[in-house]
Amino acid sequence: MKDDKQIQRDATPIVRLDKNDNKQIQRDAAPIVRLDKVNKHFGELHVMRDIDLSVAPGEVVVIIGASGSGKSTLIRCVNGLEPFQSGRIEVDGKTLAPHGASGKSLQAVRTEVGMVFQQFNLFPHLSIRDNVTLAPRKVRGWSRRQANTTAERLLERVGIADQADKYPSQLSGGQQQRVALARALAMEPRLMLFDEPTSALDPEMIGEVLDAMRELAKDGMTMMIVTHEMGFAREVADRVVFVHGGEIVEQGTPEAVFDDPQHERTRAFLSRVLKH
Amino acid sequence: MDLHFQFDWQAAIASLPYLLKGVPYTLLISFGGLAIGFVIGMLFGLMRIAPSRWLRYPAVFYIEVFRGTPVLVQVLFIFYGLPTLLGGPIDALTAGIAAIALNAGAYISEIVRGGVQSIERGQREAGLSLGLSATQTFQYIIWPQALRRMIPALGNQGIVSIKDTSLFSVIGVGELVRQGQVYIAQTFTALEVYFMIALLYLAITLSLSMALSLLERKGLVG
Repeated sequence: MKDDKQIQRDATPIVRLDKNDNKQIQRDAAPIVRLDKVNKHFGELHVMRDIDLSVAPGEVVVIIGASGSGKSTLIRCVNGLEPFQSGRIEVDGKTLAPHGASGKSLQAVRTEVGMVFQQFNLFPHLSIRDNVTLAPRKVRGWSRRQANTTAERLLERVGIADQADKYPSQLSGGQQQRVALARALAMEPRLMLFDEPTSALDPEMIGEVLDAMRELAKDGMTMMIVTHEMGFAREVADRVVFVHGGEIVEQGTPEAVFDDPQHERTRAFLSRVLKH
Repeated sequence: MDLHFQFDWQAAIASLPYLLKGVPYTLLISFGGLAIGFVIGMLFGLMRIAPSRWLRYPAVFYIEVFRGTPVLVQVLFIFYGLPTLLGGPIDALTAGIAAIALNAGAYISEIVRGGVQSIERGQREAGLSLGLSATQTFQYIIWPQALRRMIPALGNQGIVSIKDTSLFSVIGVGELVRQGQVYIAQTFTALEVYFMIALLYLAITLSLSMALSLLERKGLVG
């Protein structure tokens, strides 16, 4: 293990150098996501407390925090998979209303926002190709040929071009998650959400998924990522957001949050997760 | 072999042409009823899990009533009871098909509900997150998977309903059992004829289970 790490360390500087090469964060442009005093309750449990958060186009925001801190709930609110009780969420110029009362704008938001889930959630009855082409054909109205061409390109990009005719159950976890990424990208989203994308993977498959995400970040995709991979967070994040008890406790550059956390809770969390 | 009774194979085989005349009726009532029952089951099964109570409650009512009463009583009610309400007779075949449809429909509603509810929540979320509408998500993602999981239970229901049609001899529809009874009244060969009737039911139900297991194996690629 130690040896492996050594080798990776040698390689990282090169990767780090191009972290911001191809991308530009458009901080002066209108934010692509804006949460405004968002509150959410699960019965008695107050899982989001007055959350304010903006994401600029091109920005990679990594959300960290303990299990149950509300970090998954936060990004699931952005594409309306979770309703919230008060506040406002604006995504790509469309507004999501409290209590799931967003109607048509909800589907419009989801069309422009891709999501990768912890459990992959591939469609087991469809081939890999059909998993990727279904939404572009049915939602965007693409022809089968156009959708297939895009699917081939994306599957090649995530390194599984030769598996297009297989079914999800015939692929490894890492491959499935990369298909899930390709599936989301096929809709040409403006924003990508990642809900613990590597938490269900065997350790040896985490790297391949993180690599694919790293590529995507380099290409300038706007991303909101919930993850426990702190090394990855430090490497790709433009901003790290620490959530605890349904609140944003601290946020800043990876260097600021990881190396010089200001809040006691952040320090406690980091000391727990960085120890092993 | 020295037995107390004589099984007369010739009598058994002689009854066959007569019994076979009942098979089309048995098949028509069974599969006609099941086809309509499937449509009913899909409709009420989905109503049963709808968010609106105005859809849910009528579905629960229907399911409980037709699952909780004997199919024999249902067909007697339809054949003898309903005409006094409607003011005109209902022919026995229609009554039989209707009884199977309504009875199987209630059970199939519960099969549909179970099938749809067995699909992981993540499937729906994945569909919605890609921008598919709720209807598209159901049509392309939930339903095909649910249908596949429902096949064994649907097969069961099919077999039960096929056998239920034997009760409809009481309303005089010329299905298998009725044909047999008429034949026995003339020939007094109850042993042979009921044996042949049993074989014919077995042939029908076995064909169905084999067809379904083939479908299931073919469908399990994904």
